[in-house]
Amino acid sequence: MNRYLLTRLRQSLITLFLVSVVVFAGIRALPGDPALALAGEERSPQALAAIREAYGLNDNIVVQYGRFVGHALTGDLGTSARTGLPVLDSILDALPVTLELAALSLLLAVVLGIGAGVLAAVRRGKATEWLANAIALLGLSVPTFWLGIVLVLAFAIAVPIFAASGYVPFGTDPLDNLRRMVLPAIVLGSGLAAVVMRQTRGAMLDNLSADYVRTARAKGLSRRQVVGGHALRNSLVTVVTVLGLQLGHLISGAVVTEQIFVLPGFGKLTIDAVFTRDYTMLQGVVLCTSAAYILVNLAVDVLYSVIDPRIRLGGAR
Amino acid sequence: MSTAHPKTAHPKNAEPASAVPGTPVLSVRDLSVSFRSDTRTVHAVDSLSYEVAAGEVLAIVGESGCGKSVTSMAVMGLLPPTATVTGSVRLGGRELAGATEKELSAVRGKDLAMIFQEPMTSLNPVLTIGRQIGEVLRRHQGLSRKEAKERAVELLALVGIPAPERRVAEYPHQLSGGMRQRVMIAIAVACDPAVLIADEPTTALDVTVQAGILEVLQSLRERLGTAIVLITHDLGVVADAADRVLVMYAGRAVEQAPADELFTAPRHPYTRGLLSAVLRPGQEGKRRLPEIPGLVPSLAAQPDACTFAARCTHADERCGTARPALTPDTGHRVACWHPVAATAPAHEEAAR
Repeated sequence: MNRYLLTRLRQSLITLFLVSVVVFAGIRALPGDPALALAGEERSPQALAAIREAYGLNDNIVVQYGRFVGHALTGDLGTSARTGLPVLDSILDALPVTLELAALSLLLAVVLGIGAGVLAAVRRGKATEWLANAIALLGLSVPTFWLGIVLVLAFAIAVPIFAASGYVPFGTDPLDNLRRMVLPAIVLGSGLAAVVMRQTRGAMLDNLSADYVRTARAKGLSRRQVVGGHALRNSLVTVVTVLGLQLGHLISGAVVTEQIFVLPGFGKLTIDAVFTRDYTMLQGVVLCTSAAYILVNLAVDVLYSVIDPRIRLGGAR
Repeated sequence: MSTAHPKTAHPKNAEPASAVPGTPVLSVRDLSVSFRSDTRTVHAVDSLSYEVAAGEVLAIVGESGCGKSVTSMAVMGLLPPTATVTGSVRLGGRELAGATEKELSAVRGKDLAMIFQEPMTSLNPVLTIGRQIGEVLRRHQGLSRKEAKERAVELLALVGIPAPERRVAEYPHQLSGGMRQRVMIAIAVACDPAVLIADEPTTALDVTVQAGILEVLQSLRERLGTAIVLITHDLGVVADAADRVLVMYAGRAVEQAPADELFTAPRHPYTRGLLSAVLRPGQEGKRRLPEIPGLVPSLAAQPDACTFAARCTHADERCGTARPALTPDTGHRVACWHPVAATAPAHEEAAR
């Protein structure tokens, strides 16, 4: 653990605190009286007062915030007004679905994106580069929902290799799970793969003409060692940066993708909460999403320092 | 130090594995390099020949853009595909011109090594010094990771880096420019190459650091019998380090001579111009240094003429219509129709 990581950790905690304040204040700023919603049919002033007293709504706003954070830290995110279930339970049910979807998409994006990017850079000016660029542009231009529908028509209906909807936990039936997750992962990962490809290609072109690559060639290293061991290693800093920035898109993209493929994940939970005005659920979902985003960015920064010693060791030049 | 070359007090007698005594280890014949672009062709090097023997330091001098670096990149086979290279490059009896990338990569770093002008950017910023030195050992000598690291520590000590055991685990950004150039030398000499090409190895460095780097090169040639091709535009460096000098102008060799002879009796008007443009201690401070009038010609054409004619005070009609060839090899060769007589008054001491 060095100074760089400690600094980043401190920054992450501050961000998380700010997020919790915004989420808390945002819910309070919404129109409507929670006591009214909770009271249901019995709306006598006495009943409302009793509810306000019971839920601590009369307390100072800072005290209320303190209670909210205290509960959140112990895993109590409240109870959904719609389902009557603890918010945390719903989130924990949805989380594995979205995590798997995100992980598969990320894997696809990294493998395809970096692979195609390196190929395009190494075979510069050849048909390979042209093809990789064209596919990347296509991947960037095609809207998620359209690609989803086309893939479903092609590979779930015309040639039913994959399933179009529903979710089976990986632990229950790994094969069936993958059969259902492949199409959503392609839909969610294709845009990211295109971005990664273009960034990888750009970084590789820069690095392949760098002086240290000339040194590596002068050492008599094979083309593979020069490209993989030297140029790619340096290009990864750029690629990881882009991945970190794009993960936000992955989270919002998951909302649409889960809707298309009817996956009971985080995205679906969010949309349902919005449409049914399930504020407690929304609060929990937003808090968790933000925390995940902050965590991912922290992980990206840790990765940086692993890849680039100049960051790890705090050097200049 | 080395397993291949015994230590010897007489560097001229040290023989790399492939060389027969007296014969050159590196022999370049009629090397021409041109670069094509959409609109024109640039002839960067025009029929250049030189050779260098074991334990010898050959300096190639000339101003920026005269083709010094392109020559060495061509010898290494490191030029981009836009370059057309013709001629012959023989390393210890092996022809390198026209060799495949695979054949070349087996020679590079092993028999033929190079250090570059830019020590700040020539090392990979994300790999440790030890890894970058070890890489070449593992590639050519099949050492294990551990052996390569031990040898890397020895090599760092050889090039004069203090606390090599600690430095071997450090990254380039933790080292100064001079230290990085020493690391580059360590990489270059790791496999005891027969020939080391040093392309302006001291240009980017402070004068005090320069002296240290030149010392390292000198001691390597003495200890390992390495033939060194030293490319520079610094005549002080030449005076310090070189046995023989090849002067290039606009892609062609104009004069070739033993170093002391070149400084005392330069025969080509261009060489004389170069030498008289060097500051000497004890010189009148008020006088303006003589300069060579005019500009270096464009390299787009290969005229059948002396390329220096337009700037030369001795030039006549013949200089503009016929290309002078290098005079036959008698130790001191010059490509000029009107060479300065060997006995003409000379500059005693060019620098330092």
